[in-house]
Amino acid sequence: MQIKGSVWKFGDNIDTDAIIPARYLNTSDPDELAKHVMEDADKEFPNKVKAGDIIIAGKNFGCGSSREHAPIAIKAAGIQAVIAKSFARIFYRNSFNIGLPIFESEAASEKIKEGDIVEIEADKGIITNLSTGQQYTAKPIPPFMQELIAAGGLIEWTKKKVLAKGVKA
Amino acid sequence: MHMTITEKILAAHTEKKEVYHGELINAKVDLVLANDITAPIAIREFKKTGAKEVFDKDRVAFIPDHFAPQKDIKAAEQCKMLRDFSKEYHLGLYFEIGRMGIEHALLPEQGLVVSGDLVIGADSHTCTYGALGAFATGVGSTDVAAAMATGECWFKVPESMKFIYYGKLNKWVGGKDLILHTIGDIGVDGALYRAMEFEGETIRNLPMHGRLTMCNMAIEAGAKNGIIVPDSITEEYVKNRAKRPYKFYTSDPDAAYVEIREYDCSKIPLTVSCPHLPSNTKPAAELSHITIDQVVIGSCTNGRLQDLREAAQVMKGRKVNPNVRMIVIPATQQIYKDAMKEGLLHIFIDAEAVVSTPTCGPCLGGHMGILAKGEIALATTNRNFVGRMGHPESEVYLSNPAVAAATAVLGKIATPEELGL
Repeated sequence: MQIKGSVWKFGDNIDTDAIIPARYLNTSDPDELAKHVMEDADKEFPNKVKAGDIIIAGKNFGCGSSREHAPIAIKAAGIQAVIAKSFARIFYRNSFNIGLPIFESEAASEKIKEGDIVEIEADKGIITNLSTGQQYTAKPIPPFMQELIAAGGLIEWTKKKVLAKGVKA
Repeated sequence: MHMTITEKILAAHTEKKEVYHGELINAKVDLVLANDITAPIAIREFKKTGAKEVFDKDRVAFIPDHFAPQKDIKAAEQCKMLRDFSKEYHLGLYFEIGRMGIEHALLPEQGLVVSGDLVIGADSHTCTYGALGAFATGVGSTDVAAAMATGECWFKVPESMKFIYYGKLNKWVGGKDLILHTIGDIGVDGALYRAMEFEGETIRNLPMHGRLTMCNMAIEAGAKNGIIVPDSITEEYVKNRAKRPYKFYTSDPDAAYVEIREYDCSKIPLTVSCPHLPSNTKPAAELSHITIDQVVIGSCTNGRLQDLREAAQVMKGRKVNPNVRMIVIPATQQIYKDAMKEGLLHIFIDAEAVVSTPTCGPCLGGHMGILAKGEIALATTNRNFVGRMGHPESEVYLSNPAVAAATAVLGKIATPEELGL
């Protein structure tokens, strides 16, 4: 899978309240959530972001709550991928479970600037900054996560298990 | 064997005898929970799995606590999804308001999570139950949906960090101060993906409510779980509540820890986290220049009976400062009743505080005490991120219940000592 898009930069410890404030959690409708994505980190972001863009952040992206609404809002806003120095663990799981591509790379997070055009070869984890020509390699995705992706996400993977085991199906 | 308590509990829920950090496992879960914010997505995803029933109707808990009592039409629709699903699938653990409480206070109180359990919840503060010597961790709605169907969940066995606390606690200092101090020391990602194991003589003397507070905030350091090896205090707490058999696990003496930290508790002051990260800690005594508009006592972190007792001890015979709104929220219906019987609610109401029915409410800026632009709150809750309790330009400070009560009286961040206590 090839991802190409324009970059928005964010700092360290972007929490799930900044990604999607709890005041909007009286719905789980992805399009509604997308209208407020990253609003408390940058009020204008929902108006500025375009389908196909990429977020690059610092360390511990997605810390705080377990709300799956956070990666859902990002995905529904049309953001193709998130690159960060590191991800908070629940956000990391949730992103894989709902199919939001995420990549860990300290160097890419430090060097790539807002507005740069970046290309990601998702399978290999190779991140190329087309604006500068520099290339970075993301931390490899653990084999089990790859299996989840190949299955089409956790629910598809679970479906197979339900069928195979006849889990009270 | 040289396993940590975390590794032992995880191993006991697989077919393996031993598991060690770094291993990827598929484990059986004892309980799966979700609330009115996370369950709607879990329900939607569960229905996609093709499962016709939940894996065990007495091991799936749906607790509407965040925006309940239903704060608006949309929130009511979400709560109704939980109610409808619980009826349709005959869930044994659905709690309507009047019987409910904040999930992480309610489930241990009612003996619905017990020592030795493996629990996942679509709420990050699920890690609270580590105080009982259980492995409990927050996950997303889709993970909960999958576990509702299969009774299993995948985990990477975490590395463990050990935190040893020794020395006598200073007056009014409790579990909240210890955990805020620890997060201040290691940072909000200081335990990322890891287990935080709390031990030492101070922990062995720490009452259960303080242990629950500490494990509750393990997530605030990025941890997968917080955990305390069970002892006589655990036994005392669990024995008359447990609705299922419980089991005590312990860490082997030669278990591997990626890091060990020690704290001399006699040097830990009453601690406050300043905006906008729980790790931004300062001694409460250094913050007396901060005036406060609202004080909140409650939440899954500090809404237990002992927390209310502490606050009431400070409030008794005093009034809330005229410039402050004080909101007290007992975390469960039982706590509410007990606090009423003990006269604690009377003390708060006489002091001109408001007392609410159990809800997460203002902790996450849901309802029951939202901040306007520029307002400042001090709360016994767990997070002080930007906009956490309301307007993105409001601010939240975090503290223990005694500091919160003293602050409500004086209208600025204060310690009980300043009231001669």
